[in-house]
Amino acid sequence: MHPILKLVVQRIALGLILLLAVSLVIFLGTEALPGDTAQAILGQSATPEALANLREKLGLTLPAHVRYINWLWAALHGDLGVALTNGVDIAQAIGQRLGNTLFLAGCAAAISVPLAIGLGLVAARYQGRWPDKVISGVTLTTISLPEFVAAYFVIYLLTQVFPLFQPVAMVFPGMGFWEKLQAVALPVIVLVMVVLAHMMRMTRAAILNVMQSAYIETAELKGLSPMQVIWRHALPNAIAPIVSVVILNLAYLVVGVVVVEVVFGYNALGQYLVDHVTKRDLPVVQAVGLIFAGVYIGLNILADVISIIANPRLRHPK
Amino acid sequence: MPEPLLEFTDLRIEATSYPPGEAPKNLVLVDGVSVGVEKGKVLGLIGESGAGKSTIGLAAMAFGRGGVRLTGGVISLNGRDIRVSDPAALRALRGREVTYVSQSAAASFNPAKRLMDQVIETSVSHGLLTKAEAEARAVDLFRQLGLPNPDSFGQRYPHQVSGGQLQRAMTAMALCPKPDLVIFDEPTTALDVTTQIEVLAAIKKAIVETGVAALYITHDLAVVAQVADHILVLRGGKKVEYGTTQQIINDPREGYTKALVSVRSIEHAEKVQAAPVLSVANVTARYRGTQFDVLKNVTVDLAPGQTLAVVGESGSGKSTLARVITGLLPPTQGRITFAGRTLSAALEGRSKDDLRELQMIYQMADTAMNPRQTVGTIIGRPIEFYFGLKGEAKRKRVQDLLDQIEMGKGYIDRYPAELSGGQKQRVCIARALAAQPKLIICDEVTSALDPLVADGILKLLLNLQAEAKVAYLFITHDIATVRAIADRIAVMFKGQVVRYGQKSDVLTPPFDDYTDLLLSSVPELRVGWLEEVIAGRKMDSAGN
Amino acid sequence: MRLPFSAILGIFLTSSFLFLAVFAQLLAPYPIDSAVGGVWEAPSATHWLGTDTIGRDIFSRLIYGGQITIFVALASSILAFSTGAFFGFMAAVKGGWVDQIMSRFVDLVMAIPSLIVALVILSVLPLNLTVLILVIGLLDSTRVFRLSRAVAMDIAVMDYVEAAKLRGEKQTWVIFREILPNALSPLVAEFGLRFIFAVLFISTLSFLGLGIQPPLADWGGMVKENKDGLIYGKSAALMPALAIAALAISVNLVADWVLSRTTSLKGGRGA
Repeated sequence: MHPILKLVVQRIALGLILLLAVSLVIFLGTEALPGDTAQAILGQSATPEALANLREKLGLTLPAHVRYINWLWAALHGDLGVALTNGVDIAQAIGQRLGNTLFLAGCAAAISVPLAIGLGLVAARYQGRWPDKVISGVTLTTISLPEFVAAYFVIYLLTQVFPLFQPVAMVFPGMGFWEKLQAVALPVIVLVMVVLAHMMRMTRAAILNVMQSAYIETAELKGLSPMQVIWRHALPNAIAPIVSVVILNLAYLVVGVVVVEVVFGYNALGQYLVDHVTKRDLPVVQAVGLIFAGVYIGLNILADVISIIANPRLRHPK
Repeated sequence: MPEPLLEFTDLRIEATSYPPGEAPKNLVLVDGVSVGVEKGKVLGLIGESGAGKSTIGLAAMAFGRGGVRLTGGVISLNGRDIRVSDPAALRALRGREVTYVSQSAAASFNPAKRLMDQVIETSVSHGLLTKAEAEARAVDLFRQLGLPNPDSFGQRYPHQVSGGQLQRAMTAMALCPKPDLVIFDEPTTALDVTTQIEVLAAIKKAIVETGVAALYITHDLAVVAQVADHILVLRGGKKVEYGTTQQIINDPREGYTKALVSVRSIEHAEKVQAAPVLSVANVTARYRGTQFDVLKNVTVDLAPGQTLAVVGESGSGKSTLARVITGLLPPTQGRITFAGRTLSAALEGRSKDDLRELQMIYQMADTAMNPRQTVGTIIGRPIEFYFGLKGEAKRKRVQDLLDQIEMGKGYIDRYPAELSGGQKQRVCIARALAAQPKLIICDEVTSALDPLVADGILKLLLNLQAEAKVAYLFITHDIATVRAIADRIAVMFKGQVVRYGQKSDVLTPPFDDYTDLLLSSVPELRVGWLEEVIAGRKMDSAGN
Repeated sequence: MRLPFSAILGIFLTSSFLFLAVFAQLLAPYPIDSAVGGVWEAPSATHWLGTDTIGRDIFSRLIYGGQITIFVALASSILAFSTGAFFGFMAAVKGGWVDQIMSRFVDLVMAIPSLIVALVILSVLPLNLTVLILVIGLLDSTRVFRLSRAVAMDIAVMDYVEAAKLRGEKQTWVIFREILPNALSPLVAEFGLRFIFAVLFISTLSFLGLGIQPPLADWGGMVKENKDGLIYGKSAALMPALAIAALAISVNLVADWVLSRTTSLKGGRGA
């Protein structure tokens, strides 16, 4: 087998094992900790008989490993169970919301990725001079802000000081694409702000790392113009680290989305998760937690696979 | 009088350093250096680290590495002052009139591109040759430089070829655009000695056949003597002496040059054989998790108060032997006897006396001392640990040791960062002596030092041996060091001892093939040595 | 030694925040939890930063809230630091299966975003200060673990550590005399970053309603209480938001300065 293929398969297998372990942690984390689902539903005043009945009905009397396997098996088949609080099918509830989350994150990614790479290139090109200092200073500030703080600054600025937008982001089925875009403009701006700083700083670092290599000096000593140096010698080596920086930050975006959805009352997965954590609705928390973890791990695997494929030493073995 | 191709007049180069937490400092790297290179001639630049030789080399392309600034003087190339040229004019001359070969070709080639694309890049982008012409020329150069399969060599990626081949490929890259001048910046320093001679011969042949002029930068006088027509000796950014190669080597005028020329001339008479203090018997070892024996059936003895030099190139297993003797790597087979008792294979099983009597000195004194401890603590710890001395008694013993290593008062409370390279290594020697050992393992202790400093360390080690009757196991790749210090020699190659015995026997013919290759590859400080060796080898191969 | 302006500013602001937090009870002009004015009053001479959603003095609540936010963040970063550094050093020095088990476990926890892990755990556990400090501290300790393990590994391969082992020194000497003094400066800078992380984390949790519970107040919770005011142009929610930002930025400035002064020892700056 080609060494690259072998490494890629290894990495993916490792990711799947990790995902399995994570599902176990999520399941055990909610099961093994003190507290009981039946008690949580019925409250402190419930009679012992009612509790026993409910436990029986929920399958809580089965041993933990049997329940884990049942839960995982069902989840793999798209059956995430029903929410304790309102009896709604979780898979169905998630479907629409997942779409909304991906729409929001997708819009943010579409703006932030090219912007981050562009600004990263500019900052690296003018390293230590004023464009770099301005960009680095601004991003250092935004990195220090939690998502919700950034969100309220943006809301105050763009709905009160300059009233350009509505402070809530409502989307519902049947809305046209443009309407949707208008509705999510504000949360997208916030997400872009948050993710851009990280992505741009890491892009800048990745490019500078390549630019400090000895082969870049060789290219300069060949009398190539700065553009030729970057285009022919820096870029082929910088693409892999930049791509993996971008993907890692997209994974970060998935988390940022949770808070931003709550801020704007945007009806999607993050909001759904936070609601049900508050209500202590375990099946929902487990299911949504697993989805977030899955997306995050998946993106991380993708980043690793791309850097494996892009490595010339692996692509052209001895 | 032939017209000079390149002429530095009163060159001045400065840089700014930014020590963390302090105000920036201005450094003068090169101060008032004037020298010229004629067409088709080779000028050797020689000096220790910090002499400014690489900085001057790059100045021939009006290039300042990092924040280095060319602040004064004239750099005249083909009749015009390039120090004040604009960036476009500089780009036009770099890679066309002047090209560069660096010390580390492995880092200087772009890992993502094929060698051929990089070798012909300048010729094509400066519009000198078409792609097909350039490729044909590159293949010719590959052949000229003795690279294997010259027709397909260029299709490889940098990581697919060896270090010596990369260095030759970089020479091809420098020669491809038919420059007027090539700068060779320590092109063979990072190579093993048997590879160095091949690359050196290839470079010399290419210089002669293409008739290009060159600046050859190195710290090794014997190397530069083989290729240069003239030599400029530098020290601390200033000119010490300039002359023809013959004059510099045979008739140096300045004291510093004389010291450089005579640096390898320690005379050491070999001691007679005696009952061993250390004997390594049939030792075989491999690293955990590998299937390959790094040491194969090694047997050597060392008498008290004498020196066994273990010599070999990288990968010969000489440093592994040190790890096995110290107990860091338990051998899979074999036995080590020390001071009359059998040593436990693993470090954990050894007594405090075993540990005390067997000390070690490392190649890099920088990493061998804890930067957060003072010299007093570093040398004092073994005294306290092994002999229980404390307070004033310990301090007095430390001061005695400092006197022994010829470092006077005032050093006891300093930190390693405040010492020079040679002083650091001396402190490491004192730390080993503090334990009053019977044997000290010296692992390449002079390799990281400049020749004159290394010479001082070797002399000190010999004096200490005479005083303290301590035995040295001296690991090195440098034959000159071996001649200077050894009583017995073990030559190692691929994990085996291929030649072993008293110094006079080992260094006297007839040799085995490897020892012959190794000994004949060590550059000698005389003009014409390289040609003789190469001619000798051709005769050999013709005879086969 | 010349202090850069940013470091002076950072040190000044950070110590002011600490001062306000320690002496909150003496400095706050009004009690934490009583309505002393109208709803969302604008800043005035009596209420320097105005009043909140039920007429409490924002400036006073900001001082009290700062006390809680800084206390929780400090407690959890100290917890994160002591556990993370202890196990990180242990993994680096012991190596072998001890290192493998600990490192794989940390990989597992870090494979999921901290916020998601915290949400899952907090869906089961009661919400009180102890639980919050434990959850934030332990989640954050994984990052300290990785850094201290990496730093200690870098130092453990140094020749002077090998020399100490060859001398026959005990493991405690190796750790406390050879490794620790050299690991200290990158770890000190890291402490500042961990503290910021804890501030942001507890604020976010409180904002989501899963952190500090009333009647206690913290900055994240104050943003949540007052956020609806923004729609009517009331800037009350911005005050605690500004406080969070100011604290995070000033600690960042100090940490940056410490980091720039440390030698080139490796060490990531995890978010």
